[in-house]
Amino acid sequence: MSAQTKPVNQAPRERAGAIWLRYAAPLAFDPLAARMIPWFFAAAVLFGIAGLYIGFFVAPTDAQQNEVYRVIFIHVPAAWMSMLIYLVMAMWAAIGLIFNTRLSSMMASALAPTGAMFTFVALWTGALWGKPTWGTWWVWDARLTSELILLFLYIGFIALQAAIEDPRRADRAGALLAIVGVVNIPIIYFSVRWWNTLHQGASVSLTSAPKMAATMLTGMLVMTLACWMYSIGAALWRLRSIMAEREGISVVEAD
Amino acid sequence: MPTDPLLTAHELECRRGRRRLFRNLAFGLGAGQMLQVSGRNGSGKSTLLRSLCGLTRPEHGEVNWRGVPIRANRDAFNAELMYLGHAGALKDDLSAHENLLAALDVAGRACSAEAAARVLDELGLAACAALPAKLLSQGQRRRVALARLWLSRDTPLWVLDEPFVALDADASAALRRLLAAHLENAGILVLTTHQEINVAPERTQHLRLDV
Amino acid sequence: MGSLLLRVMLRDLALAWRQRADVLSTLIFYVMVVSLFPLGIGPEPATLRVIAPGVLWVAALLAAMLSLSRLFAADHADGTLEQLLLSPHPLTLLVLAKITAHWIASGLPLVLMAPLLGVQLGMQAADIGVMALSLALGTPVLSLIGAVGAALTVGLRGAAVLASLLVIPLCIPVLIFGAGAVDADAGAAAYFSLLGALLVLALAGAPLAAAAALRIALD
Repeated sequence: MSAQTKPVNQAPRERAGAIWLRYAAPLAFDPLAARMIPWFFAAAVLFGIAGLYIGFFVAPTDAQQNEVYRVIFIHVPAAWMSMLIYLVMAMWAAIGLIFNTRLSSMMASALAPTGAMFTFVALWTGALWGKPTWGTWWVWDARLTSELILLFLYIGFIALQAAIEDPRRADRAGALLAIVGVVNIPIIYFSVRWWNTLHQGASVSLTSAPKMAATMLTGMLVMTLACWMYSIGAALWRLRSIMAEREGISVVEAD
Repeated sequence: MPTDPLLTAHELECRRGRRRLFRNLAFGLGAGQMLQVSGRNGSGKSTLLRSLCGLTRPEHGEVNWRGVPIRANRDAFNAELMYLGHAGALKDDLSAHENLLAALDVAGRACSAEAAARVLDELGLAACAALPAKLLSQGQRRRVALARLWLSRDTPLWVLDEPFVALDADASAALRRLLAAHLENAGILVLTTHQEINVAPERTQHLRLDV
Repeated sequence: MGSLLLRVMLRDLALAWRQRADVLSTLIFYVMVVSLFPLGIGPEPATLRVIAPGVLWVAALLAAMLSLSRLFAADHADGTLEQLLLSPHPLTLLVLAKITAHWIASGLPLVLMAPLLGVQLGMQAADIGVMALSLALGTPVLSLIGAVGAALTVGLRGAAVLASLLVIPLCIPVLIFGAGAVDADAGAAAYFSLLGALLVLALAGAPLAAAAALRIALD
């Protein structure tokens, strides 16, 4: 049987999208990231001020829920971000796994703590809203319970990566877990909704939000933009420190 | 007469954690040739062997079998590979005989119970073939682990990590004869060793990992 | 190849039988945990009857998590896991064979024990039947999803607990539908279809994910 031999010095497969790939090497991306971070934080602050102003001064007082309801201007954007970040994190992790690019995997690891933070904020602001409104600190409604499970998923991702010493294995294992998580999230959400409608006796729901006046929606969207800008800035910041830790320290030769 | 190399590695680089074990490693092995890898403990011998088997992904570089990257068609490559690592790959609670049959089964080699029993016999393990592996001595366990080689003679590529450890003189001699026969049979051998083993030196390439 | 898978499964079952103390301890854990609830909550029969399906399901989930370390850890330690990865046969199917053996040794005893415990908690006979069936459908899903967690954490320090942390959120749908089936009375069929759907999805996806995770873990 004749063996087809390829030439020994074989070039790597050509990949499309050369422009993206110019910045795919961590060392090349670092200065770009450093320049972008202040802009994102500045945008976050500006949008945040605007959003909070709308939320706390411009939007009308709700007839039923008084001033307390204004916490949804933080609760809802935080909840939206927590879900969006998980999807983006899973996407970067999958890209890192499929194309074996280090920067994508590092981006996923950088996003996870920010996502977990937003989930935590969403849960706490949910409690702050619930207490004056419904009299309890916690209600097992579908959305809050799903947020809690999402927090568990984030914690699992972070814990798995923390437990694995080899960075490449940590990247790949985390990516697999994130992909499995993304596939499961619709199933989990569906099952929690089902569970919630069953046990109607306990259904005090935070989804019965006040009717959306246009200003309220604007306020929430502006706050969401603020959170988004912050997330990108924070993730890039964390990404830079991950890069410094992994690539900046020169590889030690085995002696 | 030069033969086309069947197993080739080029620009191979492996790391363990942040430590680079070796870089720019290249070789080509044709039928009937052996690669003997030596180096101090921790120099990356086992990691090199694992990357040749496709267990470990190298940091850089490629390993090709019959001109095709080993990751491209894993099942076909695995069908032509027999790997023995440090750990003997024995289940403590299975007997020596059951272990041998299980190992060959998973590796996709057909083998009858009688043939397995015969090989264990030849290796002096007839008395303990039915004993659970946890009751066997180190040397006996090693021999049970190696027994599968006697039943995989038509598997071309053998990758062995320190095969001579814990073997007595008789078993060492038997293994040496087997390895020589494998090379005669146009098989390919990659092994790590601490000692010079002198099996067909004219067919042997040497690779030292800690220079 | 089907006979190879059968042999792999039977071999794992033979090993489980020879280490049956390990396997039994999972079952005993299940019984103990279920007994904790009356001790913790109070022996009032009406209360126990209400919480019984949930208790039996949660305890089964915990027992399944506890048994995960049996799946790959020993094979990893003695080098046989590597040989599975080097097999010319598809790793996905080999993993499925192992998971099946694992469920038979660890999950099936829970299914068989649960009716007795149900009686202990004062459940009605019809409810016990529904619950046993829900466990029969659900515990394989727990084993399948659990295998992914076990594969991701193989060889790590604290693997058993970490695997449970990763897997428990993913098992929540099974818990909801499994425990919910008992209270459903006439609507139980819907729950069983949902559990069946989860089982099919898990069978399709989990062995593949676990095989990929094993390759990542042994890198």
